[in-house]
Amino acid sequence: MIRWKSILVTTLLMVLPLTACETPAPTPPANSQAPSSPAATTSRLETVKSRGKLICGVDGGIPGFSYVDQDGKYSGIDVDVCRAVAAALFNDPNAVEYRNLDSTERFTALSSGEVDMLARNTTWTISRDTSVGLEFAPTTFYDGQGMMVRADSGIKTLKDLQGKSVCVESGTTSELNLTDNLRKQAVEAETVTFQQAEPAYAAYAEGRCDGITSDKSQLVARRSNLPNPEEHILLEVTMSKEPLGPVTINNDSAWFDAVKWVTYALIEGEELGITQANVDEMKTSTDPTIKRFLGIEGDLGKGMGLSNDFAYNVIKQVGNYGEVYDRNLGEKSQFKLPRGQNDLWTNGGLLYSPPFR
Amino acid sequence: MKTLENQQLSQPKITRITPKEWLQQNLFSTWYNSLLTIVLLAGISWGIYGFFKWAIAVAEWEVIKVNLPLFMVGRYPKDQYWRIWLIVGIISSFAGLSWGVIGRKAATLFTIPVLIVLGIISAISLLIPGAVPFKLLLILMVGLVVGNGWIGKQLGNKITTLGRWLSFGWFIAFLLILWLMLGGLGIKSVSTNDWGGLMLTIFMAVVSIFLSFPLGVLLALGRQSTLPVIKIFSIAYIEIFRGLPLISILFMGQIMIPLFLPEGMRPDRVLRAILGLTLFSSAYLAENVRGGLQSVPRGQIEAAKALGLNTPLVLALIVLPQALKVAIPSIVGQFISLFQDTTLLAIVGLVELLGMSRSILAQPQFLGDYAEVYLFNGILFWIICYAMSLGSRQLEKKLNTGH
Repeated sequence: MIRWKSILVTTLLMVLPLTACETPAPTPPANSQAPSSPAATTSRLETVKSRGKLICGVDGGIPGFSYVDQDGKYSGIDVDVCRAVAAALFNDPNAVEYRNLDSTERFTALSSGEVDMLARNTTWTISRDTSVGLEFAPTTFYDGQGMMVRADSGIKTLKDLQGKSVCVESGTTSELNLTDNLRKQAVEAETVTFQQAEPAYAAYAEGRCDGITSDKSQLVARRSNLPNPEEHILLEVTMSKEPLGPVTINNDSAWFDAVKWVTYALIEGEELGITQANVDEMKTSTDPTIKRFLGIEGDLGKGMGLSNDFAYNVIKQVGNYGEVYDRNLGEKSQFKLPRGQNDLWTNGGLLYSPPFR
Repeated sequence: MKTLENQQLSQPKITRITPKEWLQQNLFSTWYNSLLTIVLLAGISWGIYGFFKWAIAVAEWEVIKVNLPLFMVGRYPKDQYWRIWLIVGIISSFAGLSWGVIGRKAATLFTIPVLIVLGIISAISLLIPGAVPFKLLLILMVGLVVGNGWIGKQLGNKITTLGRWLSFGWFIAFLLILWLMLGGLGIKSVSTNDWGGLMLTIFMAVVSIFLSFPLGVLLALGRQSTLPVIKIFSIAYIEIFRGLPLISILFMGQIMIPLFLPEGMRPDRVLRAILGLTLFSSAYLAENVRGGLQSVPRGQIEAAKALGLNTPLVLALIVLPQALKVAIPSIVGQFISLFQDTTLLAIVGLVELLGMSRSILAQPQFLGDYAEVYLFNGILFWIICYAMSLGSRQLEKKLNTGH
């Protein structure tokens, strides 16, 4: 019977070490108010800086955007945005703590302050920007709904789908957009709906449908997994706009500005031709734009609470946007997704950074 | 032995049936039974054939092989893996020791079923893909269990009070393991954010189980109490937590807590998860234990009181031992479901086994390997849950002293 007692005592004692798990308070309570309260005077920028690491909300399960690679490191284009912000703040791209967030809980986590920012495949829409209370940093990936068909089917446009069948996941915006687009073009095609993505792609692979529709980045990722990827093509059609980018909380301009301009730094870096490899050479450049951008001249970083060479750190540690894109989705990845809209404005794309001056 | 033989003599003659007769009696007794047997056998073997054809020819097990460390310990730093091995070593040693001490009265520890299980584990350790040191370490762990089992038996027979110290020993081992996992005090500290995979699943489940058990017992006693405040509190607690879905409790813990607590005062996420699981499962446990308490006849309590025992002693010596014994199956059922409930934490962003699997499935080179990964998860979960129910059956057998 002493056994029972000792077990009870043991289990009670077990509570003690657990309380030691609590993270030590890095900030005095005075300047660490909940960011969601309207009275908050301290910017999240200060909170993050004094904490010494960034807490970034990601999905954690989207190929090319955020996933854990075989070495246990987070990778993907969304992850690289987090890394860029950490590089700008701490000159250390690894000072990031990642939180895998579900699509339903991502905004709650952001507004409760559980994460500092979201880089989680979030489409910029008016309702999210206004009534949900978010701030959208510049779009890092312009996605859009596409259509994948077999290369030998002869289908070139949506019109060619007349009398054909299309697989689609039911209950998604993809399904609604598909019906809208088909109606607009007066095309009568059969839509075959599936409850989940997996069976939809399986049905397409088996030839149950002539085409399958979803976001382009998804289609490309899935295509790389089909038995013969080269036998499938994406039509030159975009059925919806899905601008994806990092998100912060409303009413915190200092923090939003930091995230926004770090994102722009990625784009501006590519436009100025500064890469991870040549960034040190560029420091000696005589071009005043580059000098200002890299923080050799002027006080661009200080003005928003970062170091002046924040852009240098970002490019040095993470690379410019083109490099980030190439290694996650473009030529150097297995997806080989063309830049398309995600190219610089000078190359006919949509990426455009306001001047750094 | 003698009485046994006598008994057998007095019993009716046992007819031994040949396998052929058994088949005839059980599977082919009538024409429609034969038909059913054949149809079902055909169906089952077709299914098994299909599965093995898939498992050998189609399935790509590379995803498991390459990501095995991720499945096991998540993003725990690679250069600190020795700590995990040390933890497994400590657990193996203590498990062996406890097994030896508890089974010290048995004629031999290494009965045929035990030998078979050990053999299977060793064979699996050798067969699974991986580097040679990895396999050797696994075999070493089996060796630790066996060796310490033997030592425990010898020691247990010499020092009879050793059994009482076992739980204390486990507590010390737990502290040691916690230190090894967290780091600090001389070794590199590892944030709980880097814990993951099976390690995190088991850690959360084990700690929650050990915390919810006493809490559940207290609540069950509280519910039976004659003191109104305690009784009302217990009932309110049990009914509220049983009425809430677990996912909403976990969601509150992981996502909403920062709304109430400022930065720096928030408990660690793993701790929040453990708290959520504990609060939830102790409410269910309380009801399981209450079922056990009600099975103890009133006369037992009255007799104990008549002997002059006070209430705590009546509970500790008479009521609880009997009540808990009755409640073991449902308590273990609760523990198993608690273990499986940890997977819900994947939804709220903790990268335990299932959460890790989701991230691994997004690795570009392994897109679409769902079946392999989830089958692997299923096997791991089944092994652990089956081990738990096996353990509980052993415990029941050991405690089955009355009636």
